[in-house]
Amino acid sequence: MVSTSSTPEPPRHPMTGNRMDAGSDTGFETHEYDVVVIGAGGAGLRAAIAAHDAGARVAVVCKSLLGKAHTVMAEGGIAAAMGNVYDEDGWRVHFRDTMRGGKMLNNWRMAQLHAQEAPDRVLELEEWGALFDRTPDGLISQRDFGGHKYARLAHVGDRTGLEMIRTLQQRAVSLGIDVFMECTVTEIFTDRPKGARPRVSGAFAYWRETGRFVVFRSPSVVLATGGIGKSYQVTSNSWEYTGDGHALALRAGASLINMEFVQFHPTGMVWPPSVRGILVTESVRGDGGVLKNSEGERFMFDYIPEFFRSETADTVEEAEGWYTDKKNHRRPPELLPRDEVARAINAEIKAGRGSPHGGVFLDIASRRDADFIRRRLPSMYHQFKELADVDITAEPMEVGPTCHYVMGGVEVDADTEESRVEGLYAAGEVAGGMHGSNRLGGNSLSDLLVFGRRAGHNAAYHAQRVNVRRPDLPDDEVRAAADRALAPFEEEGGENPYTIQKDLQDVMQRLVGIIRKAEELADSLDEIERLKDRAKRLTVEGHRQYNPGWHLALDLTNMLVVSECIAKAALEREESRGGHTRDDYPKPDPEWGARNLVLTLPGDALDSAVHLAHQPLPVMPDELRALFEETGAS
Amino acid sequence: MAYDLKMRVWRGDSRGGDLTDYTVSVEEGEVVLDAIHRLQATQAGDLAVRWNCKAGKCGSCSAEINGRPRLMCMTRLADFHQAETITVTPMRTFPVIRDLVTDVSFNYEKAEQLPSFAPGPPDADGKRRMMQSDVERGQEFRKCIECFLCQDVCHVVRDHEENKPAFAGPRFFLRYAELDMHPLDTNDRRALAQGAAGLGMCNITKCCTEVCPENIKITDNAIIPMKERVVDRKYDPVVWLGSKIFRRDRREEV
Ligand SMILES: Cc1cc2nc3c(=O)[nH]c(=O)nc-3n(C[C@H](O)[C@H](O)[C@H](O)COP(=O)(O)OP(=O)(O)OC[C@H]3O[C@@H](n4cnc5c(N)ncnc54)[C@H](O)[C@@H]3O)c2cc1C
Ligand code: SF4
Ligand code: SF4
Ligand code: FES
Repeated sequence: MVSTSSTPEPPRHPMTGNRMDAGSDTGFETHEYDVVVIGAGGAGLRAAIAAHDAGARVAVVCKSLLGKAHTVMAEGGIAAAMGNVYDEDGWRVHFRDTMRGGKMLNNWRMAQLHAQEAPDRVLELEEWGALFDRTPDGLISQRDFGGHKYARLAHVGDRTGLEMIRTLQQRAVSLGIDVFMECTVTEIFTDRPKGARPRVSGAFAYWRETGRFVVFRSPSVVLATGGIGKSYQVTSNSWEYTGDGHALALRAGASLINMEFVQFHPTGMVWPPSVRGILVTESVRGDGGVLKNSEGERFMFDYIPEFFRSETADTVEEAEGWYTDKKNHRRPPELLPRDEVARAINAEIKAGRGSPHGGVFLDIASRRDADFIRRRLPSMYHQFKELADVDITAEPMEVGPTCHYVMGGVEVDADTEESRVEGLYAAGEVAGGMHGSNRLGGNSLSDLLVFGRRAGHNAAYHAQRVNVRRPDLPDDEVRAAADRALAPFEEEGGENPYTIQKDLQDVMQRLVGIIRKAEELADSLDEIERLKDRAKRLTVEGHRQYNPGWHLALDLTNMLVVSECIAKAALEREESRGGHTRDDYPKPDPEWGARNLVLTLPGDALDSAVHLAHQPLPVMPDELRALFEETGAS
Repeated sequence: MAYDLKMRVWRGDSRGGDLTDYTVSVEEGEVVLDAIHRLQATQAGDLAVRWNCKAGKCGSCSAEINGRPRLMCMTRLADFHQAETITVTPMRTFPVIRDLVTDVSFNYEKAEQLPSFAPGPPDADGKRRMMQSDVERGQEFRKCIECFLCQDVCHVVRDHEENKPAFAGPRFFLRYAELDMHPLDTNDRRALAQGAAGLGMCNITKCCTEVCPENIKITDNAIIPMKERVVDRKYDPVVWLGSKIFRRDRREEV
């Protein structure tokens, strides 16, 4: 992108090299758009394409280079009931699986739209050049994954996310959509007319390369910033996952729901330490891999919960039969939803039956031939070979739970993806509701496409509607945003942001992890409060040009407020459900099953305390409810 | 087992810079990117480096390690002697922004110049049919993680700024080949190949194939077939071999 401002050489701080005139209007480059999409993963790119198609002028802003967002790492596949492998499959079955996987806490309307629209969204990718693996009769092949009744995941080996992001990226580039890469948004501007909803007026960002500021004037903003995993020590998530979108939404006046539900993927690498947390795709289990403890026992049979008993095989014979004949066998327990498998692994390790490096064994070597493994799971083969010296065609992998995905996110209207703030939309991992208390594998990539597109369209329509009277963006707000961003350079002798990040990760891992209890959650809130205090005095070395220390200092405030939301909601919800397990309340409670916890930030400063409220879950219409009653499994 | 690793890391920006010596404590099983991150967290908070996945999937962490273009997250310390000093420098073909971060916009500009995929109409049921055997070649090319290491190593543009405007580079020859081999694409095949900017400047040294972390056979499977397409005849292996040997020699001096 080309900078549009030209100014004479400005005064600079003698030590830091910072511009000292950060408050003056000449210091910013300003851009005007109909829709600004924050995030260039699957959700952001799909939203941008949709907004462009609806006639809007669109900018995409992202923290990394284009094509490097988290979506690139997704492995297993995109869930869509296309019925290419099992023609019994259809949106109703997918809808039912999704709701049951989320322990019925999902926003039913989102789950419905998702199941209905996913097949078209996948076909669209093919239209734009994606090359999925094929069935023998030339259709898009679909693979098995946990919690999905039929083989349903469209995939490309185990690099589906790469195919998806590349396809969307190439589409966006060919449409000529403006992309601001390595540009981080730190504020959403809102205009708050008296008595009315706040409404979006733009966004504030800095170029990572130069540290210079960018102001976007725009009546519609789509948040597509992904998740929060970097607040945990062991995670499959990258540095980008600092919960920026969640925090931006809170500050702008929007609300978050389901924040207590964090998904720990059952299979992350555990050894060597440097790769701890890196994901081992669920496809390993879908393609025949099984979990064993140190005694060689296939332990998942001991952990089949009542809720899934009727559809899970309870003998090895039946489970084995399933891989080839799904009609007459129930699914192997290794393919239960992720929360169940993660808890089981956790329990085995606690009981002293773990592997040498504190995981359990995931074995596909003794079950499938080497060629099959290399063909179906090429990047897993590569990953273990290169990083752990393990040949997965010859020996079992060691795996353990890793923080993977946040079900919670911005509360949006199911059909339009608009938040409580007018003109502010959210889609993808940053949005809440769709997955309830637990997400099924493969349902994220499809979520990105379905709701990315809806958010993009609606953001464009909104911009069109307000075209004549665009919201104001006063200069003093812009100046204040710049001052806040530069604050870490002002402090001397303060805290190192890397140290605080590490301490936060330790608190979240220890006290707000897979298994939670009241005292620990209460402690975590105190700890987070102390960290927030320390984070008020951060010191950053060097100058504004490509300075990761500074970038982290700014991300840290977001990580802290989002962690507070998670801990606070986790303490409040006195039951166990999906991605939230309470040692002191081990059972699901029907009362809680009808309730969402909603978080807001009453003061708009990031260090003010978050506010929590209860809200009834939207009630499913009878014709959908009947889908659960037919099978007696509500 | 922890030990002290000696590293030399290039620090600087577009105005110039230097190799800086560091000693950093590292552990068994770690990769170069871990060492760089530890430097960042403990000794050089502002050390600029790109990364995302730490698992060889995103192609962000490209650099030159002891002079060889590699992904930092996939280069294990165990591949070096514990006493050896590891030198990390930014990719040389692209202008430095800061430290290990380079301006790779060259690649994004080239990407914009590519023709887009143009499929014919779908089957009557709205679906499209392609056989697995027909999509496999394209799938090989689409494994590309855009690390741009092949672009970095290619002698046509390495130290030859003047060739950049006319040369798309191996990563984008892959894209042309991918379109060419896509069973559903309707772009004119011959025109595609001829439009593949600078294909003629490539003399098949295979250096790009050697550095590709995804093991894509860039030269054999993409470049050579495209060259054949341009001249519309089979490629002459003798000419090909000659140029390869010549270029290899050149490469040693670089
Ligand atoms: C290893 C791994 C494997 C997975 N496998 C699967 C799978 O097989 N199937 C499946 O369905 N799901 C899978 N998932 C989950 C899925 O990949 C993610 O949930 C999904 O990709 C998130 O997409 P997104 O578009 O919401 O966000 P991302 O793709 O994460 O994109 C977020 C974007 O927002 C930008 N951004 C963030 N903050 C800011 C800011 N402040 N300013 C500007 N830009 C910002 C980032 O730069 C990035 O471009 C996997 C996840 C991981 C980690
Ligand atoms: S084979 Fe061609 S494209 Fe590849 S490095 Fe050699 S000259 Fe460059
Ligand atoms: S072809 Fe290989 S080396 Fe070149 S950018 Fe792609 S992955 Fe990297
Ligand atoms: S960090 Fe993704 S390839 Fe190295």
